[in-house]
Amino acid sequence: MSSRIPLPYSPKVLELFRNPKNLGRMDDANAVATAGSLACGDMITMYLKIDDRAERIIDASFESYGCAANIATASLLTEMIKGKSLREAWNISWKQLSDELGGLPPIKYHCGVLAVGALRRAIRAYYRGRAKPDWLPDELTPDEKHALEEEELMKILAKRISEGGRNSH
Amino acid sequence: MVGIKLRQDLLEQLEKVRSLVRTHGNPLREVYLDLENSGLVFEEALAALHEAYRIHGNPSITHRPGWRALEVMLEAELGLMDLIGAGGGEVVFTHSGTEANNLAIMGLAKASRGRRKIIVSQIEHLSVKFPAERLQEHGFKLVEIPVDEEGFIDLDHLADQVDDNTLMVSIAAVNHEIGVVQDLRAIAEVVKDKSPEAIIHTDACDALGRIPLDLEHAGIDMASFSGHKIFAPKGVGALYVREDVKLEPILHGQLSSQRLWPGAENIPAIAGFTRALEIFGKNFDEYRSRMRRLRDMLIDGIFERVDDVVLNGPRGDRRAPDNVNMSFLYCEGEALTVELSLRGVYVSSGSACTSRTLEPSHVLLAIRRSYEVAHGSILMKVSPMHDEKDIEYVLEQMPEAVKRLRAISPKVVM
Ligand SMILES: Cc1ncc(COP(=O)(O)O)c(C=O)c1O
Repeated sequence: MSSRIPLPYSPKVLELFRNPKNLGRMDDANAVATAGSLACGDMITMYLKIDDRAERIIDASFESYGCAANIATASLLTEMIKGKSLREAWNISWKQLSDELGGLPPIKYHCGVLAVGALRRAIRAYYRGRAKPDWLPDELTPDEKHALEEEELMKILAKRISEGGRNSH
Repeated sequence: MVGIKLRQDLLEQLEKVRSLVRTHGNPLREVYLDLENSGLVFEEALAALHEAYRIHGNPSITHRPGWRALEVMLEAELGLMDLIGAGGGEVVFTHSGTEANNLAIMGLAKASRGRRKIIVSQIEHLSVKFPAERLQEHGFKLVEIPVDEEGFIDLDHLADQVDDNTLMVSIAAVNHEIGVVQDLRAIAEVVKDKSPEAIIHTDACDALGRIPLDLEHAGIDMASFSGHKIFAPKGVGALYVREDVKLEPILHGQLSSQRLWPGAENIPAIAGFTRALEIFGKNFDEYRSRMRRLRDMLIDGIFERVDDVVLNGPRGDRRAPDNVNMSFLYCEGEALTVELSLRGVYVSSGSACTSRTLEPSHVLLAIRRSYEVAHGSILMKVSPMHDEKDIEYVLEQMPEAVKRLRAISPKVVM
């Protein structure tokens, strides 16, 4: 591989940034979750409207604070899950999102991780207080852990700064 | 096989970037304010470059074209010495400011016998910060001096740190991100008072043409410069070295008129550099007041039109006349650079998303900006080539761009 830093964006990312789909808060959502934080510089909130009988996603939307890749991944994910069963939606990986977007470079992987993290959190939130289906694991999946790690890492970095204990790398 | 794969990767990248440019489209009006990352160029400097391309000679060779090339270098050296108020010494031409900073730090460390401490500020450009950090692997001790919330060096802290083990102190005359103008003379006095033999280097890439420089009077031993920062053609940088400062080369080769920077000199770019120095020198006061006017029009205009904005760095004469760095809360900086690009306004950001490390600008963190504020930062620089119409256009576009991104953002109470 060349040592040149890969392009952060593909034309598809730029297009979705310009015209995102399913943008905005959903007032009648029955599952909502956020991943990331303002301190990370990346945050996605996912809203799902779910048909309770069929356990199927009727509608999905998002809000995003983050870079263009973040907005594009969230937009793409909401498109992909509309009409899917919760089980199918659960199985979407951040790698799939990245491939659909023409390959996110490593520095932008966390955007995909956060989008998938927010979706899985919303699905878990939906089943809280309902009968948990077999396909929903008790343990956090690697992708969810990954999202948590991103959040934790940022918390630690932000804390280090606010304590003034900064160090050079 | 490997070759084919590499070629395939390159073709894919190329197709991607061509398609990005194509789908981006041509905005109706364009205002380029990303002078931090790549400067504009004076037409006259380009003309000088074109003309010097006909010289062909290498300044270290004894024939007519060689002497013509040497003439170009000496003119540039003289022009720079005059504009920076240098005393005795020499100018080493490199190909960028990054190279000049590396030569200053690595070259001095290589020549040092005994002294092992290097002192820099917490807000140095990475082309100072990284070489200084590297030297820790070679037995040097690195000390980073903190700054206050506007970016000014803590002189007491500096005084405490300088001792007989101090090899060099490197502090930028003007900070590249927040435009803070340091008091070089006060810094030099503090340093020389504690250790007369400590060498003082200043990264003056963003000071040249922006503030008056009188290096001899200020007591500065070495200073770095970058051509594109004064709108010379790219491909030229310079390090001024006072006569009694000993450096060792960090590159090795032959065929050069310069012991400290071997390799063919970029004579055409150096000729353009001389021309740019002349232009900045001749119009110094006028350019300064013009930039200051545009800068303040931009800062005040944004404060008037957009809520929840903070200015990073000081105001007035303690700030470089060209620098505007503002944070737009609830708005992520990299997304804002893309949104503004679609509107023909070109800027950069100190957000983590623009870095390769996922950490936001170390400069903004050093002036104790929170992560949220650093993520929303936008850096713009005005020049004498901009006018009020450009700033008005930016002031039209900025509120719209910020509004769009804030509308996308989840509503959280911070
Ligand atoms: C303060 C400062 N130092 C060094 C540099 C590096 O100069 P160059 O881009 O010529 O390598 C820059 C420019 O980006 C700068 O602003």
